[in-house]
Amino acid sequence: MAASAIVPPSPELLESEWKTPDRGKVGITFLILTETSLFTMFVATYLIYIGKSLTGPYPKDVLEIPILATICLLSSSGTIVFAEHALEREELGRFKVWWLATLLLGLIFLAYTGIEWRHLIYVDHLTISTNLFGTTFYSLVGLHASHVIVGAVFLTLVLVVTLRGFPIATQKRRVMFLSWYWHFVDAVWVVVFTVVYIIGR
Amino acid sequence: MASIDYPLERPEAAPREFSFSESLYKWVATVDHKRLGLMYMVSALVFLVIAGIMASVMRLQLAVPNNHLVGPATFNRLFTMHGTTMVFLVGMPIVAGMANYLVPLMIGARDMAFPRLNAFGFWIFLFGGVLLYYSYLGGSGLSGAGSAPDVGWFAYAPLTEKAFSHGASTDFWALGVLVSGFGSIASAINVIATCVSLRCPGMTLARMPVFVWVMLVDAWLVLVVLPPLSAAQIMLLLDRFLGAHFFDTQFGGSAVLWQHMFWIFGHPEVYILIFPAFGTLSEVIPIFARKPIFGRPAMVGAVVAIGFISLGVWAHHMFAIGMTSWSNTFFAAASMLVGVPTGIKIFNWTATMYGGKIRFAVSMMFCCGFLLQFLVAGLTGIMLAIAPFDWQLHDSYFVVAHFHFTLIGGLVFGVFAGIYYWFPKVTGKMLSETLGKWHFWLFCIGFNLTFIPLHFAGMLGMPRRIYTYAAGRGWESWNTIATIGVFFQIAGIACFAWNVIQSVRSGKAAGDDPWDAWTLEWATTSPPPEYNFEKLPVVRSSRPLWDLKHPQDPDWKYD
Amino acid sequence: MLALAALAWLQSPTPALTEHRIANIFKPLASPAESEYQIALFSFVITGAIFVAVAGLIIYTMVRFRRRRDDDTRQEPPQVYGSNQIEAAWTVIPILIVFVLIGVTARVVASVENASPPASTVKLTLIGHQWWWEVQYPDFGVVTANEIHVPVSRDGAHTATYLQLESVDVIHSFWVPQLSGKTDLIPNRDNFLWIDPREPGVYLGNCAEYCGTQHANMLLRVIAEERSDFERWAAEQRRPAEQDGQIGEARATFESLSCVNCHTVKGTAAAGKFGPDLTHLMSRQTLGAGVLANTGANLRAWVNDPQQSKPGCFMPSMKLTDRELDQVVAYLQTLK
Repeated sequence: MAASAIVPPSPELLESEWKTPDRGKVGITFLILTETSLFTMFVATYLIYIGKSLTGPYPKDVLEIPILATICLLSSSGTIVFAEHALEREELGRFKVWWLATLLLGLIFLAYTGIEWRHLIYVDHLTISTNLFGTTFYSLVGLHASHVIVGAVFLTLVLVVTLRGFPIATQKRRVMFLSWYWHFVDAVWVVVFTVVYIIGR
Repeated sequence: MASIDYPLERPEAAPREFSFSESLYKWVATVDHKRLGLMYMVSALVFLVIAGIMASVMRLQLAVPNNHLVGPATFNRLFTMHGTTMVFLVGMPIVAGMANYLVPLMIGARDMAFPRLNAFGFWIFLFGGVLLYYSYLGGSGLSGAGSAPDVGWFAYAPLTEKAFSHGASTDFWALGVLVSGFGSIASAINVIATCVSLRCPGMTLARMPVFVWVMLVDAWLVLVVLPPLSAAQIMLLLDRFLGAHFFDTQFGGSAVLWQHMFWIFGHPEVYILIFPAFGTLSEVIPIFARKPIFGRPAMVGAVVAIGFISLGVWAHHMFAIGMTSWSNTFFAAASMLVGVPTGIKIFNWTATMYGGKIRFAVSMMFCCGFLLQFLVAGLTGIMLAIAPFDWQLHDSYFVVAHFHFTLIGGLVFGVFAGIYYWFPKVTGKMLSETLGKWHFWLFCIGFNLTFIPLHFAGMLGMPRRIYTYAAGRGWESWNTIATIGVFFQIAGIACFAWNVIQSVRSGKAAGDDPWDAWTLEWATTSPPPEYNFEKLPVVRSSRPLWDLKHPQDPDWKYD
Repeated sequence: MLALAALAWLQSPTPALTEHRIANIFKPLASPAESEYQIALFSFVITGAIFVAVAGLIIYTMVRFRRRRDDDTRQEPPQVYGSNQIEAAWTVIPILIVFVLIGVTARVVASVENASPPASTVKLTLIGHQWWWEVQYPDFGVVTANEIHVPVSRDGAHTATYLQLESVDVIHSFWVPQLSGKTDLIPNRDNFLWIDPREPGVYLGNCAEYCGTQHANMLLRVIAEERSDFERWAAEQRRPAEQDGQIGEARATFESLSCVNCHTVKGTAAAGKFGPDLTHLMSRQTLGAGVLANTGANLRAWVNDPQQSKPGCFMPSMKLTDRELDQVVAYLQTLK
């Protein structure tokens, strides 16, 4: 009854033919799942508190629709795809250009958010403690913006190492994960934009 | 019993002694899933002892009416820290610890998918725990000595707002739990990636051990429901530090919003906590009944179903907040539906034993204790799901008794079953069966003596979280009996601790496969080498070692 | 002064009503508790039957299929992997049971929550404070604390009391088990509840939602009495405080102390809103939201240092001199 080894019991199950999904893809997918859950709570809270502020300023008085910032952020999803394609074909020059474009578009978005917040705080006197609108607005938009910042940091990192001659083509997988994350941040913006600037106004 | 000659490279005899600093370094800097798993389990057991001492003090305080052992402030801190510790610093690391240690071994992998993330998860969890306990020193900030949080483990707003909770203790609660939550999320992502990507050749999802399946669903549940708690805690911290108004009723904020977010996390959380016990039973019962798990697909399906249904039951913790009759009925219905897949599990475990040859090793005794006690917990759960009955039972000692039947009678018994079962694998030493039987009987008697009476105290109108009560309300005798039970439980735990110490020092050598088991972790040495398997195994069924031991009648013929 | 105190103590009302000290949810004495009691019994029958059947099966299996001492064959038992029919059976049967339970639950939930009001009702507002209850009867112009007087509901004259539940600080919960299950008192949220006690008596309850340090001693009494007694009580309560010339000095002492910042005594300078209304303190059975019986000795001890009997409560020890203490207690004892 003794067996001498755990051997492949049949030839069709050779180790070389055994394929399982890439662990990085699985990891990043479930990271995005858990982030989605986090954002859902902040979005739901925003929706629940629409129109519940006891005092002004109210959204319709102070919020401008951030058209330019939205265009920038959404098109950065396109440029990062072009960058990825360029990397796929190992065209490093084009990769750098598209990557830089992505980073710049993200930074424009952040700059717009900064200007918007500055105006809201100093001109409209809306802070996080003014009313429920301020509370939910700064926390939801801020949570999203902090994710853009994290993305921008990583984009910068990739750009810097690429410019310094790091063989980024060996890191296609990791660049892909970063681009998935960036797409996710964009998709969240679509929801935040709809909730804050359209429904909320 | 089949004896098998495994193609293993045995570790060299008498490894070199390491100096203290060398071994400390090896533990602190490790990314090995087995060491991390052990560290999770050891910290969980340490926190379990701390929380158990807190519980004992509370039981002593409540043993007789008008007792003055501890005052209200101390008592409130005790139950807050007890609850928080048990859920976040005992239950969660047990989930992470068991998954870490066992999942790679059971699916024939050499490590977790992200070993460094794994180490990060452990240390950030431990940091969160230390942060929480630091409140005893720094909870009053610069203004005075320490004070632990006293807002309950559920920390209902607006009691947690600055206006009602001064000092920094509530901040320590929110930050400590938030931070340890990041550890749980890191660990959950790791478990999923490991289960999906690192299975050894032939280990299809359908062949994965039920334990691994349960941990996979568990990790998914952590990822979905922990962020709502984190979100609520972030909002609470924004309220407390930046003057936001999420839970500030003076500014139109909602006191109920916290409850929604907390219980969207909180109810699935109890399934997260109980799942390792489910997984353990699904491994231990077949081995000691000598039969394969009855209805594997149904067992896996039931766990998945529990996971999904649990996302839609949270407001049964909120029947008393004055919801519409439609909401009450919906959440009552959803909560009762959880009973169906849970029933399937109990029936299938019983059917696994039915027709077997049951060997009552200590591990199996804990499984049987689990089955009967968890049955009681499930049935009192049905009573609590009936909204009108819950209006009476809610926040009474009946609820305390119910969930201790789930989490002690269920989870802790399941974990002890697991410890007695896998201890030989982890240490290479057997635990003493005699001491183990003392442990089981003392703990089982003590547990029932403590928690059965509390059902009755609750039905006589005793609310939770009271530090004292007047005489003559019919609660005295139940509370006194409950406190007596505590001494039995302490004696049981003492037997267990002595058993572990004795066995590690001079236990009987276990051998690779002391239980004649069927899953892959028994196909390597005890304790396993750092790389787990010299050669990655290849499997053809859900019981690879059965196939090996019964070549004339292997499982894969029936797959 | 002491004689006066003793006199007041002798005159303090002794509860003539039965005190239901054991708040057994299985001895309901009002409609909501009655409905909850019935569904509780129903659930006991069903879960009890399930327990007997399933626990019996588990124990039978454990005993019947244990490995016998004399069995040293290495033979494994027959390997059974499952059975679709059996598993379908123990999936479908629980589903059916659950559907029955859901149906009954839905009916009882609707009947308690959507019950139409009886013809004759008394309305009151119950306001939770850390850690006492404020009770307002807007229709009667009465404000009191910690003890709710309600008329008894008789078969011929069905009377209910509607409670509007509010809170000024954190969440509290109303629970008087023999009358009704819980409903929370939540700040910035309107909750309602009704009770119709069937027997006169004193019903004990507690705050049932953790609300801070003295949650344990936030006790509540519901005093159900005949309609005529209730109305006499309400008329008494509506009056301002007695203006007895004899106790002028004691009253002056009381009004000169900071008691008046938190407490109201109708018809005097005391108009504080932070603590319970004291206008008819002596008509109440307990002090400190149920922590002490309302006796002369207890009152003196309470005024002297509330932190002794209710540590952590918001009423501080005022460090009164013995003379001030005597006078304040004497004055309070005139507030009948």
